[in-house]
Amino acid sequence: MRDFGPSRRLALLCGVLLSLPLPALAADGEAIMQKGGANPAAMPCITCHGADGKGMAGGFPRLSGLPEDYLAKQLRDFKSGSRQNPIMQPIASALTDEEVAAVAKAYAQRPKVNVQATPGGRPVEGSGAWIALRGLWDRNVPECTLCHGPAGVGVGSHFPPLAGQSAEYIEAQLKAWRGEKAVAATKKAKAIPAVAPTRRNDPNGLMQHIAVDLSDAEIKAVAEYFGSLGDSKEPFDETQHRLR
Amino acid sequence: MTTISVRLAVLLLPLLMASGAMAVDTARLDDQTQLPKAPKKVSGTKYFQPPAEGEIPNNAFGELVRRGQDLFMNTKALAPQYVGNEMNCVNCHIDRGRKANSAPLWAAYPMYPAYRKKNNKVNTFVERMQGCFQFSMNGKPPAADSEVLTALTAYAYWMSTNAPIGKALPGRGFDEPPPPKGGYDIGRGKVVYEKQCAICHGDNGEGKKVGVTSVFPPLWGKDSYNWGAGMHRINTAAGFIQHNMPLGRGETLSDQDAWDVAAFINSHERPQDPRLVNGSIEETRKRYHADDGVNLYGVTVNGTLLGQGVK
Ligand code: HEC
Ligand code: HEC
Ligand code: HEC
Ligand code: HEC
Repeated sequence: MRDFGPSRRLALLCGVLLSLPLPALAADGEAIMQKGGANPAAMPCITCHGADGKGMAGGFPRLSGLPEDYLAKQLRDFKSGSRQNPIMQPIASALTDEEVAAVAKAYAQRPKVNVQATPGGRPVEGSGAWIALRGLWDRNVPECTLCHGPAGVGVGSHFPPLAGQSAEYIEAQLKAWRGEKAVAATKKAKAIPAVAPTRRNDPNGLMQHIAVDLSDAEIKAVAEYFGSLGDSKEPFDETQHRLR
Repeated sequence: MTTISVRLAVLLLPLLMASGAMAVDTARLDDQTQLPKAPKKVSGTKYFQPPAEGEIPNNAFGELVRRGQDLFMNTKALAPQYVGNEMNCVNCHIDRGRKANSAPLWAAYPMYPAYRKKNNKVNTFVERMQGCFQFSMNGKPPAADSEVLTALTAYAYWMSTNAPIGKALPGRGFDEPPPPKGGYDIGRGKVVYEKQCAICHGDNGEGKKVGVTSVFPPLWGKDSYNWGAGMHRINTAAGFIQHNMPLGRGETLSDQDAWDVAAFINSHERPQDPRLVNGSIEETRKRYHADDGVNLYGVTVNGTLLGQGVK
């Protein structure tokens, strides 16, 4: 905590006494989005995450409407290195704790992804929709929607929505958790060394084993399924059940 | 239940039906006895493989099977009149009732009607499902010939395609781990719960919803299974948990941890046993719980008598 000094403390006291609205002490989340943090290395978020916070092509994820705790946790994980990314790590490291809290709160208050009641219909075995809605239980892979919510809308503050993210981004995250196995040299090609996972921040390893158990083709297919569940124009009636 | 009252119930049944009361003979559901131990799977062999969803035929039979599967996964949404809590069949019968050691339907259907020597009764498959409605779903069982139970039966029948009749298959039930030598410990179970389970099932076992739809099912409290359900037995819950929880990471808890956390969950209040005898926990314990595996109904834990029920 910063020490605000005697005059500030006096102002606080007066503020309370007069019940006047206090001046904003905390960082301003909206301002960070538009103009960046106090440290110039914390560049304006909108340049990469879009003016509306709904993400951009090229693997820049949607932040609008994601759970506040999840967003703050990701920024802390970038700082600590349990989630590695050459673009986001320096940005997150340049944000103060206060700024992290403020910008996470501001993005969480933006609109959530709005997904239709029953996207897709009955899934076909072997498709991306199948992995998303039925899982691959012979490998202990639950259907993604069991943790990420029906239609991928997210659950509580630990399970982020997948609907609203691009296929490109989802694929990249699954591969970040998985890493790449080493490929032995052949007569024609040189050996490729293993790539260690760059994302190791899932609570209790709930996500990592799933990424490890999927083939490249399956990762692509399931990422495309969720990538196709963009924002729908019809609002979903929240008094209705979402079916499995 | 005494033979006299059973006979009375049987006599009264047509009367009750005529008066529009619940059309199910609950006297026959008395007994949610434990399943017999299933044979062990021979190593190197596979569990029984039910047919793939794509093999459901595109005709009236297939329609009924699909309806059964939908009901199994979305019981609360599609059959709310029979469900008194926030649970769905699939919550305890994982992967749409297909997963071994999660009381799969393919291992169940071919084992009925089942004769029980203990009380000289025969239980049908439909009655067993009615039991799960009454206790696991804390609801009102649908009538035997109802559309709901017909569809669920068709689903189980289809899933058992090519399974042998009357031969217990490995993977049936929950394959309970043996009780730990030093007994179980609720305090240790709390620690396991907070580390491994609360993230999904909530700090108070309340589960988690998205809108009105339950996603992580409640483990105790008013929206969970009641004191008569098979899952209220610590041994049964330990088996389910060891094979299936934490979700996607089954087979990671030791026997001890599985028993401890099962005991912790089942040391909380839940809806009353619908068979409550004369409003007395003690009488109900004696009649239904004293001889029903390991359970805490009617037992005082940390100074509180369990079995009071919550609404
Ligand atoms: C130069 C481009 C760029 C800027 C500017 C930028 N980001 Fe990012 N951000 C990214 C990329 C790329 C990723 C995906 C990283 C990965 O693949 O792990 C990302 C990921 C994130 C994530 C993780 C989202 C999720 O769903 O897990 C958060 C949170 C985030 N950024 C917050 C911010 C905030 C807050 C700002 C503004 C202070 C900001 N970003 C500015 C490029 C940027
Ligand atoms: C057992 C629960 C569970 C299941 C099942 C699950 N996930 Fe996750 N997933 C998580 C958790 C927890 C996180 C958040 C990790 C964190 O805190 O960074 C996550 C995060 C993700 C992310 C990163 C999202 C973002 O915004 O950065 C992606 C992508 C993802 N999961 C894809 C999938 C896919 C695809 C499936 C199905 C094949 C799946 N998950 C199944 C628990 C699960
Ligand atoms: C709270 C968990 C739970 C829920 C929810 C649940 N069940 Fe069960 N079910 C059990 C338990 C426990 C058993 C008995 C296993 C034992 O005693 O070892 C069982 C047994 C069964 C059996 C007999 C299995 C066999 O091998 O003989 C069938 C059939 C069944 N349930 C169907 C259903 C249906 C249909 C529903 C939904 C209406 C349902 N269950 C909901 C926990 C549950
Ligand atoms: C990643 C989330 C997650 C974690 C962690 C988790 N569960 Fe579950 N649990 C579920 C889901 C989802 C279901 C229902 C499965 C379905 O509907 O397909 C379930 C079902 C259950 C059930 C049967 C249904 C009921 O409500 O009684 C029990 C008992 C249970 N879990 C206990 C545990 C225990 C004990 C732990 C910790 C060792 C645990 N779970 C960890 C998500 C989780």
